[in-house]
Amino acid sequence: MKFTLKVWRQTANPKDTGRFRTYEASDISPDTSFLEMLDIVNERLIERGDDPIAFDHDCREGICGTCGCVVNGFAHGHQEGTTLCQLHMRSFDDGQIIWIEPWRARAFPVITDLMVDRSAFDRIIQAGGFISIRTGSPPDGNAIPIPKDDADLAFEAAACIGCGACVASCPNASAMLFVSAKITQLGLVPQGQPERWDRVRTMVAAMEEAGFGACTNNGECEAACPKEIPMDLIARLNRDLACSLLKK
Amino acid sequence: MQLDPKIPEGPIAEKWDRAKFQLKLVNPANKRKYSVIVVGSGLAGASAAATLAELGYGVDCFCYQDSPRRAHSIAAQGGINASKNYQNDGDSDFRLFYDTIKGGDYRSREANVYRLAQLSGNIIDQCVAQGVPFAREYGGLLANRSFGGAQVSRTFYARGQTGQQLLLGAYSALSRQIGLGNVKMHTRTEMLDLVVTDGRARGIVVRDMLSGEVRSHAADAVILATGGYSNVFYLSTNAKGCNVTAAFRAYKRGAAFANPCYTQIHPTCIPVTGEHQSKLTLMSESLRNDGRIWVPKEAGDRRPPGEIPPEDRDYYLERRYPSFGNLVPRDVASRAAKKVCDEGRGVGETGLGVYLDFQTAMERLGEDAIRDKYGNLFHMYEKITAEDPYEVPMRIFPALHYTMGGLWVDYNLESTVAGLFVLGEANFSDHGANRLGASALMQGLADGYFVAPMTVGDFLARAGKSSLSTDSGDFKAAQTEVNEKIKKLLSIKGERTADSFHRELGKILWEHCGMARNAEGLSKALEQIPRLREEFWGNLKVLPGRNDQVNQTLERAGRVADFLEFAEVMVTDALSREESCGGHFREEHQTEEGEARRDDERFAHVAAWEFAGVGKPPVLHKEQLTFHEVSLTQRSYK
Ligand SMILES: Cc1cc2nc3c(=O)[nH]c(=O)nc-3n(C[C@H](O)[C@H](O)[C@H](O)COP(=O)(O)OP(=O)(O)OC[C@H]3O[C@@H](n4cnc5c(N)ncnc54)[C@H](O)[C@@H]3O)c2cc1C
Ligand code: SF4
Ligand code: FES
Repeated sequence: MKFTLKVWRQTANPKDTGRFRTYEASDISPDTSFLEMLDIVNERLIERGDDPIAFDHDCREGICGTCGCVVNGFAHGHQEGTTLCQLHMRSFDDGQIIWIEPWRARAFPVITDLMVDRSAFDRIIQAGGFISIRTGSPPDGNAIPIPKDDADLAFEAAACIGCGACVASCPNASAMLFVSAKITQLGLVPQGQPERWDRVRTMVAAMEEAGFGACTNNGECEAACPKEIPMDLIARLNRDLACSLLKK
Repeated sequence: MQLDPKIPEGPIAEKWDRAKFQLKLVNPANKRKYSVIVVGSGLAGASAAATLAELGYGVDCFCYQDSPRRAHSIAAQGGINASKNYQNDGDSDFRLFYDTIKGGDYRSREANVYRLAQLSGNIIDQCVAQGVPFAREYGGLLANRSFGGAQVSRTFYARGQTGQQLLLGAYSALSRQIGLGNVKMHTRTEMLDLVVTDGRARGIVVRDMLSGEVRSHAADAVILATGGYSNVFYLSTNAKGCNVTAAFRAYKRGAAFANPCYTQIHPTCIPVTGEHQSKLTLMSESLRNDGRIWVPKEAGDRRPPGEIPPEDRDYYLERRYPSFGNLVPRDVASRAAKKVCDEGRGVGETGLGVYLDFQTAMERLGEDAIRDKYGNLFHMYEKITAEDPYEVPMRIFPALHYTMGGLWVDYNLESTVAGLFVLGEANFSDHGANRLGASALMQGLADGYFVAPMTVGDFLARAGKSSLSTDSGDFKAAQTEVNEKIKKLLSIKGERTADSFHRELGKILWEHCGMARNAEGLSKALEQIPRLREEFWGNLKVLPGRNDQVNQTLERAGRVADFLEFAEVMVTDALSREESCGGHFREEHQTEEGEARRDDERFAHVAAWEFAGVGKPPVLHKEQLTFHEVSLTQRSYK
């Protein structure tokens, strides 16, 4: 297959505001993944002595959350429930023009080309996305039974890979889906109750401080999320936040 | 070099207790004065960093990803073992210990493995308390499933995302300590050297992957939890960034490398489709609980699987190993797949594949039950192959997956360099010549949560502060060496990319040091690798003149350079181990039925290799393994 790529290029120089560059990607097997296609383009760029396209990736199987770009306007590309590394070229048309851009959000500054700085997510978790338990002698695992339905929903929420597609797809660059996933996971289990109200306050405060926007219920996040984290978790977050303010 | 395993005295079940009593403690008020470097934020690194910080030590933690949450542990799918005996099916610490020793083909240290079994239950408790969403039964209690090499159900899991959930648990504990200011996290930072003065680890040299800055960090103890080296084969199930660099540079500074030839080839991975392939994807072993493995009886039978009637199918694992069936250990299952493919009975376009079929299970349990257990794995498979495993059987083939070999450590997880501790997949400790499924997560967390925090404390109490700053001569020298190497890589200006060398190295190793090895092939590899390395240093092409910002070609080139040196140590080890054991299968040493034949007389030892200088062959040291609790038999899963 053959594609024309329009790729966002931006150097680390703070004065560089970036631009699209055009590259031809020819002789691509339909079984190639999107990132492997970029590898091939890069190998050819290096052989020609050109600057290869910088992009983040690691596991290449949809679980580490490292990869991610906006492809033809969609975070992680057009396929539902898929990370960029799981997208395969057979899902594009031969000869198609493909626009590739980094996540764009005030809280995710571009580092270079397609790489962005997502450390704001780490800071939100550091603010309260945990259960304060020391390594030591917790109770026996089966001493805390959890109804299967709660456990299953907690698991669905815990599937978030922290990729940032929700932010990138949101017109307000809001991180509500990401935060709500953690709030839901920990708020549904008995172990998470003692810190429940503090947690929601500190995490939301950290989110606001990092410069993420407010949620206006656009729903783009749910559509872009590769782990299909549902939007109703945001309602849970809002409920918990309201309760926590009452309790304060 | 002295290899003292420091195994505590006393009956096996009491050793760890005795050790804990004998280990020196650091007074709580003094802990703050000590600093510890933890390289790696996977299960082993994150759990160690969090726990040491909770105890009061000052911790600096490093990883090459943009966040500690992305360490390769995140990709583990199937589960984690623990001898909880929640199923009341006869499990015990001793049984888990026995299965692990036997699964490792009697090439691991009894005392370490027993401790691992003893700690396994604590890990589950710890993770549950952190909020890790393990699978549960309708009554709300924890669920279990079976894994290869065991006849009890002791594997705890979170659908096909167990590693993710455990790592996020450890990451949350680590994040809490970062937030409290007890851990300083250095992301996008790659360790490129270890600094050793007077035989003691003093710190590390790192490169900031964003700015290119090379700098040093000093500490009173250094922990490496940098994962395994499967990527030496280029194609493996590991994440793209996994590397041997940190461990290998420590080896060059005096840490012995143990059993590098023990590599694990996982039987159930998605087959290779072409040259473009950059990595292989695992389909969790847990699938073998319900999936049945088969190939056509006749070589060259090209009918689609649905048209092959039962009588023309060979369920070869069930046939050859009736008591374990599809749940034989990985090494056995992988070799059996290779055998049927060598016989021309492999499936798929390349003939390098076997079927993993869920039809029987779906008829028995219903499609929904299968979806509930394996939904995300089926989904992942369909993404990659564009085939729906609910409709047609999966095609699978063995691939490089895990490395049992690693830096040599004693019972306290300390390497041959004082003050250098090695945890998780990066050490060689618990899995012998073959790791059982769901045991790596257990080992990483046992090392990080429970063992290292005790033994590192003991080291600090005995050795005191290091009091060597990064201005000292050895730090300066190591930093200069690192800078020189980077400069050299940037200056070659040849024709070939780092990836192309890596791919070629991978092919050499897969052919001669893969599922089956022999003296002739290994000797050939020992000629080919140095030639390739020479070409690398003369004909490499990386993006020149860019060491002051992101340069991913340079990062890759540095890792490939280390793989090219390390590969030689690995092949040397494989050649010198003239027996078959676990994942190391020497064709010269097999039984008439094609099973591995060990040579306990000559090889019941750990082979620890010492770096002897550039261009010199490494020096072999042996740690004799003695067995008091189990008797060495030929492993049988029939
Ligand atoms: C696909 C897959 C599935 C698996 N499934 C299971 C399973 O179901 N059950 C099971 O028990 N095991 C499983 N395993 C094995 C298990 O996941 C690993 O052995 C284990 O997670 C390794 O953990 P670790 O902490 O030792 O290393 P890793 O998680 O690999 O972490 C390594 C860390 O070191 C850092 N690092 C590496 N090099 C450097 C450097 N030079 N400088 C700075 N930092 C560095 C990395 O950034 C990372 O943080 C699986 C493995 C794979 C590949
Ligand atoms: S909620 Fe979804 S899109 Fe957002 S970070 Fe998590 S996985 Fe990514
Ligand atoms: S590279 Fe890990 S999710 Fe894509």
